Amino acid sequence: MCTLEQHGNVFVLTLTGDDEHPLGLPLIASLSSAVASAKAAAASAGPGAALVTVAEGRFFSNGLDIGWAGTSRTRLMELADALRPLAADLLALPMPTVAAVTGHASAGGFLLALCHDYRVMRADRGVLYMSEIDIGLPLPSYFVSMFRAKVTAANALRDVLLRGTKLRAAEAKEMGIVDAVCPGPTETVAKAIKLAEQLAARKWDGDVYASIRISIFPEACKSVGIVEESDEEKVKNFASRM
Amino acid sequence: MATGDLCTVERRGRVHLITLPGAGEHRLNPALISAIRSAVAAACASPGAGALVMAAEGKFFCNGYDLAWARGDPSGRIAAVRAARRGLVADLLALPMPTVAAVTGHAAAAGCGLALAHDTVVMRASRGFLYMGEVDAGIKIIDYFGELLRQKVPDAATRRDLVMKGEKMTAAEAVRRGIVDLAVDGGVDDVVAAAVTIAEGLAARGWDGEIVAEIRKAAWPELWSKVKDYGCDAPSRPRL
Repeated sequence: MCTLEQHGNVFVLTLTGDDEHPLGLPLIASLSSAVASAKAAAASAGPGAALVTVAEGRFFSNGLDIGWAGTSRTRLMELADALRPLAADLLALPMPTVAAVTGHASAGGFLLALCHDYRVMRADRGVLYMSEIDIGLPLPSYFVSMFRAKVTAANALRDVLLRGTKLRAAEAKEMGIVDAVCPGPTETVAKAIKLAEQLAARKWDGDVYASIRISIFPEACKSVGIVEESDEEKVKNFASRM
Repeated sequence: MATGDLCTVERRGRVHLITLPGAGEHRLNPALISAIRSAVAAACASPGAGALVMAAEGKFFCNGYDLAWARGDPSGRIAAVRAARRGLVADLLALPMPTVAAVTGHAAAAGCGLALAHDTVVMRASRGFLYMGEVDAGIKIIDYFGELLRQKVPDAATRRDLVMKGEKMTAAEAVRRGIVDLAVDGGVDDVVAAAVTIAEGLAARGWDGEIVAEIRKAAWPELWSKVKDYGCDAPSRPRL
């Protein structure tokens, strides 16, 4: 379902297979485990790591596994509840993160991409799409928090959530949702890894990096269950570095 | 015209101009912050003053906290300088006149925050960066400072690049991304002159200073709520 490889100081998390990578309980568990492994490996290696998430095939991910959920709202909520801690793990990850959007990223798949610090996307095919409005599904509140936090360009939130606009890479870049656009999937992955290497080379203290991320997006982090450190704890950290 | 070692004050027309003098880095410690706060408070007492400009001499606007001084007693002194700066931000937010930062040189970390705490920011085009160096230095960002950054840098990608990536932003880049209002060619004096011209224009609007302060606090309410207990009481002032 997913693999984790290490290329130098960059961890590459790959959603494997040529399917839509629906976020069902098994894939979510697999991803959580891989993210935890990357975190543990980085902890022993010292500062200067980064994570890139890529996917095989035409899809990055089409979101929560509504095939498995069927008409059961309970099942759908179970999936949303299972995805939330994975989102939290990514938002609290003590290293920079890059999503290589190598295919369609819709609903929970779009959210997964947004949970990363940077997004590189292929231009030739694939869209970012919040399908919930078209399908007639409510949005979990942490989904909305993430989008409100990261999609700040004028009208972008309205277009994405309320109109179900399907964004190609170029448009997504103009809206500030995607950071770099590449011709095809190979270039997208290469660019994402290169960006990750540049970020890893800054050798940021992972704990500080994660703390700063949380202070930049506090509501989104709170919505997925992250408890921010107090100012007193942060000051102790500052003092100890003097 | 008041003078001092730590900061100077002069009037240019209706503009109350505060300058951090000398070629140093103007790093913030409680003594400097106290001098700046006195200079800011003096704006209210200066008859006919209608706008404030904060500027500096030399290569630096303000290069952050005085870490050399803080090392003397790290936990005590960090807490002290942070509380002092919080008070300065509160004073600027509650100031009954428009404020303009003339970023005449490098503005890093707490110095970048100081610039952003003003209503309008002009910046020297030819040299100097905005630089949130905390991520590189391994320093976490406390609550009210995070709030200041969120309110004054609302674009998520820009905020990420500035704070999570520690990008050194030139004036042109900062203008393009909406953080700085105007990039000014030339030297320090040109930047100050441009800031004073803008400030004079704002003063000429004849706004009621108390209304300016109330509207500003209402526009950035979360930030105000996080700093208001550290400010001095804003003196009431007569209509301009």
